[in-house]
Amino acid sequence: MKNKKRTGVFVCHCGINIAGTVDVKKVAEELAKHEGVVLATDYVYMCSDPGQKLIIESIKEKNLDSVVVACCSPTLHESTFRKATNMAGLNPYQCEIANIREQCSWVHKEKSKATAKAIKIAKSIVEKVQRNTPLEPISVPITKRALVIGGGISGIQAALDIANGGYEVILVERSPSIGGHMIQLSETFPTLDCSQCILTPKMVEVSKHPNIKLMTYSEVQEISGFVGNFKVKIRKKPTYVDPDACTMCGECSEVCPVVVPNEFDLGLTGRKAIYIPFPQAIPASYTLDSAHCPGLVPIACGKCIDVCEPKAINYDMPPQIIEEEVGAIVVATGYDLYEKERMAEYGYGKIPDVLDGLQFERLLSASGPTKGEVLRPSDHRVPKEVVFIQCCGSRDPELHNAYCSKICCMYTAKHAMLYKHHVPDGQAYVFYIDIRSGGKGYEEFVQRATEEDGVVYLRGKVSKIFQENGKVIVWGVDTLSGKDIQIEADLVVLAMAIRPSQGARELAKVLKISIDKDGFFSEAHPKLRPVESMVSGMFLAGVAQGPKDIPETVAQASGAASKVLAMFSSDELSHDPIVAEVDEDLCCGCKICIPQCPYEARIFDEQKKVVIVNEVLCEGCGACIAACPSGAAQQRNFTDEQILSMVDIILEGER
Amino acid sequence: MAEFEPKIICFACNWCTSAGADLAGTSRMEYQPNGVIIRVMCSSRVDPQHVLWAFKKGADGVFIGGCHPGDCHYQDGNYKTLRRIKLLKKLLGDLGINPDRLRLEWVSAAEGKKFVNVMNEFTDYIRKLGRLELSENGGPPSGE
Ligand SMILES: Cc1cc2nc3c(=O)[nH]c(=O)nc-3n(C[C@H](O)[C@H](O)[C@H](O)COP(=O)(O)OP(=O)(O)OC[C@H]3O[C@@H](n4cnc5c(N)ncnc54)[C@H](O)[C@@H]3O)c2cc1C
Ligand code: SF4
Ligand code: SF4
Ligand code: FES
Repeated sequence: MKNKKRTGVFVCHCGINIAGTVDVKKVAEELAKHEGVVLATDYVYMCSDPGQKLIIESIKEKNLDSVVVACCSPTLHESTFRKATNMAGLNPYQCEIANIREQCSWVHKEKSKATAKAIKIAKSIVEKVQRNTPLEPISVPITKRALVIGGGISGIQAALDIANGGYEVILVERSPSIGGHMIQLSETFPTLDCSQCILTPKMVEVSKHPNIKLMTYSEVQEISGFVGNFKVKIRKKPTYVDPDACTMCGECSEVCPVVVPNEFDLGLTGRKAIYIPFPQAIPASYTLDSAHCPGLVPIACGKCIDVCEPKAINYDMPPQIIEEEVGAIVVATGYDLYEKERMAEYGYGKIPDVLDGLQFERLLSASGPTKGEVLRPSDHRVPKEVVFIQCCGSRDPELHNAYCSKICCMYTAKHAMLYKHHVPDGQAYVFYIDIRSGGKGYEEFVQRATEEDGVVYLRGKVSKIFQENGKVIVWGVDTLSGKDIQIEADLVVLAMAIRPSQGARELAKVLKISIDKDGFFSEAHPKLRPVESMVSGMFLAGVAQGPKDIPETVAQASGAASKVLAMFSSDELSHDPIVAEVDEDLCCGCKICIPQCPYEARIFDEQKKVVIVNEVLCEGCGACIAACPSGAAQQRNFTDEQILSMVDIILEGER
Repeated sequence: MAEFEPKIICFACNWCTSAGADLAGTSRMEYQPNGVIIRVMCSSRVDPQHVLWAFKKGADGVFIGGCHPGDCHYQDGNYKTLRRIKLLKKLLGDLGINPDRLRLEWVSAAEGKKFVNVMNEFTDYIRKLGRLELSENGGPPSGE
């Protein structure tokens, strides 16, 4: 319904940017004749102080009830003019912008045609604004606590930043300790500082921080609610050991008869069924892995419970479901390596001396299975010829992943270099497609590997790897010289692709956020909103969003944390009010609109038998409105009537 | 008689196509002025009724611009648009309106050039088709 009768139209010259091709005086003259327009004027720069003053004073003097500024794109000055409108005492949503610069004066040359078009554009916006309703930003209260999912370096950094900002954080990690992959690494490129040495202090800080509630061996099971007001159900698996009572004496592990591959060393060593993943684990407590324990009843075994002096072990510990309320969520679930089985052509998983990058990290690590000596798994001899193969499973759209795993060029250079530091008389070869070493000090790092450490880089692909006489034979081609190459290696290290952590897809469903074609979590905008998910209040950090190294991971985690802190810095969130609404008298309850909404903002009211809109969740796309067969659904200030009236005026006098 | 000048209504989503049209302006590209943009938040806001209405009220062509598949600001609004427009085109045929008078294109915020090309090409195409003639009641065939 047209409810405005006192519209003011302000036509901007923008110097000659508009006035050069559009006869602005004529636009004002024509608009002055339009129904309900009580004032139409022009000015050289509307956005300038005097220009804004002109608008403010006109609103007051002429008692305007609506304003159209015909000027540049609304992306530039809509907020400027809405503020001015508000200063004059008028609801800011009574001001609309007619874009006669980017979408008219700058793209047309013939003055008469450009002027005619500018008049149409301005009139269409007058028709719209005359049907606008005053709106207030929707405000939503915020629960000022955050949930961080994943306890790798990204989750740790985000949790610490938020906690240090003064807000409570619940950090959920599914394995028995926080630390993620970084705690498995030996030294880190490009500075070669010891990974554990820089990470453990942060892990300890997490465990001691009064604002952080750490929940390991736990997973998020269910999430409901919306930005500022999420309800979370977390399932904590029983560790069967009371962390407060456990003194870390390790007696239980000594007597445990079960040995299984140790995940932390990627199967290079074994662990018991009751274990700590690694000595610096946080929380510092043993975990009983029920999947491998023969019985959890004293008759089945019971050896550990017998020796535990502090009586920390409890076979009857139940799983717990913990419910929490949070205002924001950071997803930091990291990555896993590409499945071994998929690289059968490289003998990975079959030939003992073919390792992946993480296994090699463990071999290099001072705390690793060989105490930092490089010994090959099959016979514990020092390998004298080592072949590193980059891009295993990356950049191969036909057979594997199309994307670049981004970190492998750098860690392979690091591996080859560290190998040479351990075995100075050994020889390291690297097969590569090309070297991607963008990053501060990265190119120099790779140069150092070749120049100082004599690493031989071979451009080409490996066709086959097989075992012969205690050697691992590598067949390949050097595509630069065109020659076939055969290397009789002692050890082969595959730079396996990284892929989203296992369960990321399921978690995305629980959180209702989207993932990209490769399964990484999708950011809201690839350039401008890289740490936000599509769902407001949910943020992304680290490799969960896409392959990246530690510095980038930390930067993104701090970015996500600062988004959370910014959100928590006000007591209420404000939300654009151009949302959907339903006329309950017209709604027939057909529910056609409900699946149209990507945000689950439309709910069926069982009592009234109509659909209602949760205006906090509604993002205002309008998809539901176009679907509604009865005209009951409308979008505020984008109603069907408004759109049709704009069509009418643009086509005025046609039919 | 003056040469026929097509009247074209352009629905453009706020996040991609309208921004692409803005970029055409910022880059000072030039195109024919026949299309007038109505900015909506998402292409999925465009109701087939709006299109039919435009034809009824004298539009010779209707253009809808949205983000590329996968890039919609609201996740998948453009897929909804695509489905609706496919159906609508069938209906247009039944009503005797050449379905090609309705054009759906994906134009990103970075594609000022594409916007210009599409505008020019569509305008020329409609110019060639000529004025859309509807029978008295705005209803069935007019021989297209
Ligand atoms: C061989 C190798 C060498 C590398 N060397 C270097 C180097 O020298 N320098 C460098 O900068 N980078 C290096 N990197 C990269 C580095 O490992 C990553 O950048 C970094 O670990 C990313 O941290 P993250 O927290 O994002 O992920 P992660 O370390 O993978 O941490 C994710 C955490 O989330 C947990 N989790 C997963 N899913 C869930 C769930 N559903 N619920 C709860 N918890 C969950 C996981 O258990 C894990 O603890 C290397 C990588 C590899 C593979
Ligand atoms: S306008 Fe979009 S976000 Fe809002 S209720 Fe409708 S479909 Fe959902
Ligand atoms: S589509 Fe329209 S009539 Fe049907 S339930 Fe939704 S609002 Fe009501
Ligand atoms: S926002 Fe552009 S098509 Fe949906």
